[in-house]
Amino acid sequence: MIVTTPEITRAEFERGTGWQLRPEGACRGDVCIPIADAAGDSVDVVATADAMGLPVVRHEGLTAVGPWGGSGRTLVTAEAPELTLLDLGGNEFRLSSLRGKKVLLVAWAPY
Amino acid sequence: MWQELRAELHPLGLEVVTVGLDTAGAEACRPFIEAAQPSHPSLTDQQHAVAELFGVINIPNGVWIDENGIIVRPAETAPAPRREERAAAGDMGELPERMVEIFTEAQKIRSDPQAYEAALRDWVANGADSPFALSPAEVIERSQPRDDEAARGQAHFELATHLHAVGKHDAGVEHFRAAHELVPTNFSYKRQAWSLEPGPDGPLQRFWQGPSEGADWPYAGDWLTDVREFGAENYYAEWRP
Repeated sequence: MIVTTPEITRAEFERGTGWQLRPEGACRGDVCIPIADAAGDSVDVVATADAMGLPVVRHEGLTAVGPWGGSGRTLVTAEAPELTLLDLGGNEFRLSSLRGKKVLLVAWAPY
Repeated sequence: MWQELRAELHPLGLEVVTVGLDTAGAEACRPFIEAAQPSHPSLTDQQHAVAELFGVINIPNGVWIDENGIIVRPAETAPAPRREERAAAGDMGELPERMVEIFTEAQKIRSDPQAYEAALRDWVANGADSPFALSPAEVIERSQPRDDEAARGQAHFELATHLHAVGKHDAGVEHFRAAHELVPTNFSYKRQAWSLEPGPDGPLQRFWQGPSEGADWPYAGDWLTDVREFGAENYYAEWRP
């Protein structure tokens, strides 16, 4: 997640990181990381990331918040995260729209 | 490359979604997508979201997700089905020396498209009863390792792609370098960064991925050096059924 302001909304934080902020802490799948004041509407990005152990890398006005390395694995849960990307026509596509089908997601590159 | 298989398996309940990973953006992916004329969703992923979310570290990579939105195979090498004999290297006399060397190394890269396709068919036919559909615990356990260093590498990479995309290429290079240092086994981080540097004009430019005349090379490694050091035979981890 890349942010340009010190504070963002809770919804933006949740969408950007995939972690839900609840009274008990930051939660994803079966994992909850206890952090103070997790349920407010406005989130101090760096303070929250630091409390969760998420890496923060900065460049001038940009702050990149990376994923959680606390479990030693990329996936914390087998539930597929939402993936929202554009097709060539600029139309938004959500992975969750394929619920009810088996999905093979293939990553490729033109290089 | 997946279109034919998709056409056959789609009536049986499979959908294919392709994701083009390129910081250079949708326009870099366009010629390939348009040539394939897919009937399935074909998306572009400039920020490498699938790396952060699913643990894609090289391409081609595949993830299997069942009808309930549960991952049953985490990101792993997904070789495209071979529909005809792989064309022989042919006349490479016209190619620059470096490309000849790259193709020669690439020939040593190993994968098993038949095994992967057979597993996919088995899953489409048998669903949760397929031995290739893994339990949630196995999916998590087999997902790419990610410790704090690798997580920081991902943050650097994300920042680098953003900086390049907004025209701050040199600043981006510093963060690509940091990502390479933190996660040296992630060839996606390397190849993406290398592919954005100057190379010979034409269709090979994105594949040059190394020093070229008249331009400074800002990276510690390059495709040939790194693949030789890593061992082309190790480029893809051996597929685990």
